[in-house]
Amino acid sequence: MIKVVDLHKSFGKLQVLRGINNEIHKGEVVCVIGPSGSGKSTFLRCLNLLEEPTKGEVYIDGVSLTEHKKDINKLRQKVGMVFQQFNLFPHMTVMENITLAPIKLKGMSKEEAAEKAVQLLRKVGLPDKDYEYPNKLSGGQKQRVAIARALAMDPEIMLFDEPTSALDPEMVGEVLNAMKQLVMEGMTMVVVTHEMGFAREVGDRILFMDEGIIAEENTPEELFGNPRNPRTKSFLSKVL
Amino acid sequence: MEVIMKMISELSDEIFFNLIRENRYLYFVNGFGVSVQLTISAALIGGIIGMIVALARLTNNKILSIIAEKYVDITRGTPVVVQLLIIYFAVFATTGLDRVVVASIAFGINSGAYVAELIRAGIQAVDKGQMEAARSVGFSYGQSMYYIIIPQAIKNILPGMGNEVISLWKETAIAGFIGLEDLMRGAEIVRGRTFSNYTPYLVIAIIYLYVTFLLTMALGKLERGLHKSD
Repeated sequence: MIKVVDLHKSFGKLQVLRGINNEIHKGEVVCVIGPSGSGKSTFLRCLNLLEEPTKGEVYIDGVSLTEHKKDINKLRQKVGMVFQQFNLFPHMTVMENITLAPIKLKGMSKEEAAEKAVQLLRKVGLPDKDYEYPNKLSGGQKQRVAIARALAMDPEIMLFDEPTSALDPEMVGEVLNAMKQLVMEGMTMVVVTHEMGFAREVGDRILFMDEGIIAEENTPEELFGNPRNPRTKSFLSKVL
Repeated sequence: MEVIMKMISELSDEIFFNLIRENRYLYFVNGFGVSVQLTISAALIGGIIGMIVALARLTNNKILSIIAEKYVDITRGTPVVVQLLIIYFAVFATTGLDRVVVASIAFGINSGAYVAELIRAGIQAVDKGQMEAARSVGFSYGQSMYYIIIPQAIKNILPGMGNEVISLWKETAIAGFIGLEDLMRGAEIVRGRTFSNYTPYLVIAIIYLYVTFLLTMALGKLERGLHKSD
């Protein structure tokens, strides 16, 4: 579904990604772990061209992103994204946050979009927050609204960029639960995370990134239970 | 007691000579009208120029961006009165355009540079994540600006715009340089007749101050309204 070939990304002289190859299949949950500055987030942001690769290719359903920049807005509709800082639209209610894109981009009627939003809010466990403004919500609630907003476009794949890193500890669980719900429904997901427990539980595959490359990849059992790369070992010994 | 009586009679003399005799108050009334007219039309022209220039500065088009930047630099780097005189005597010299129109354009061009900076700063102050979130659901750059960025930027911009109108109101006092009979010029004409040292200026100072006070109050109300959704 997503294929990444020899992906490089530099910011000025700083090489953040130094050749990444990978393929993410339909229905797969891939968790990306690694120390800060290893390029995890940049890798994720290249998957919907929020960052433009310096070199290399990203294919979504066989279509190269860099060769089809004109269609990027259409292609991005297939790829939902959830950010560390939520990035809800503060001047809109929860309902408007979720329905804006389906109404404007998919031509959905207001009623149809609202009905869908109600369903999505129920799914993420916020059935009665439709008409609140984001600033009235807790961090965990904001992030769940952000998940609902991304899902409203019926994406084929969801990208999560450290979705729980900006949350108070007691709110991490509610967001992870909403994500687990998606996993159970068979959503294809790429999750950059520091929640090792979550990665181990729901990941089909773990990518360990270090210094701009995928230093090790494996099933969670193998990667956490029997890491081969010394850098993986040293990282895991620090975080587990 | 005698001193106070003397002061009162002097004051009433001053008021009589500067305002009532020969209907001199009309200079102030008409001047007030001209000043208000200049402020409103210059604010409108400045607002439109400011919007266009701010967008030009924010685009990826290098030429447009540089032109916009130079306009802002030159306009903010030279005195308004010099700009006014150049525009009147050089640019519009032979056109026979009404002076109020010329002055409105001159003040508008000047104000546009400040408004452009206000708008630019207001847009750039919106969190970068907002644009990313909008793009990530599939909105184009233009749609993201329209639905997400600009509505938030307006909140940042409006208070500054109010201050800009207040500045303009006071800045128009130099319109007399091209022969317009605004409030300031009205006071000078009256002073030329009465030889009063300061009374005409005191009168217009009170008028300028009072209008500024009203504008400030309106602005405060507006700001409180804007922050209701915070």
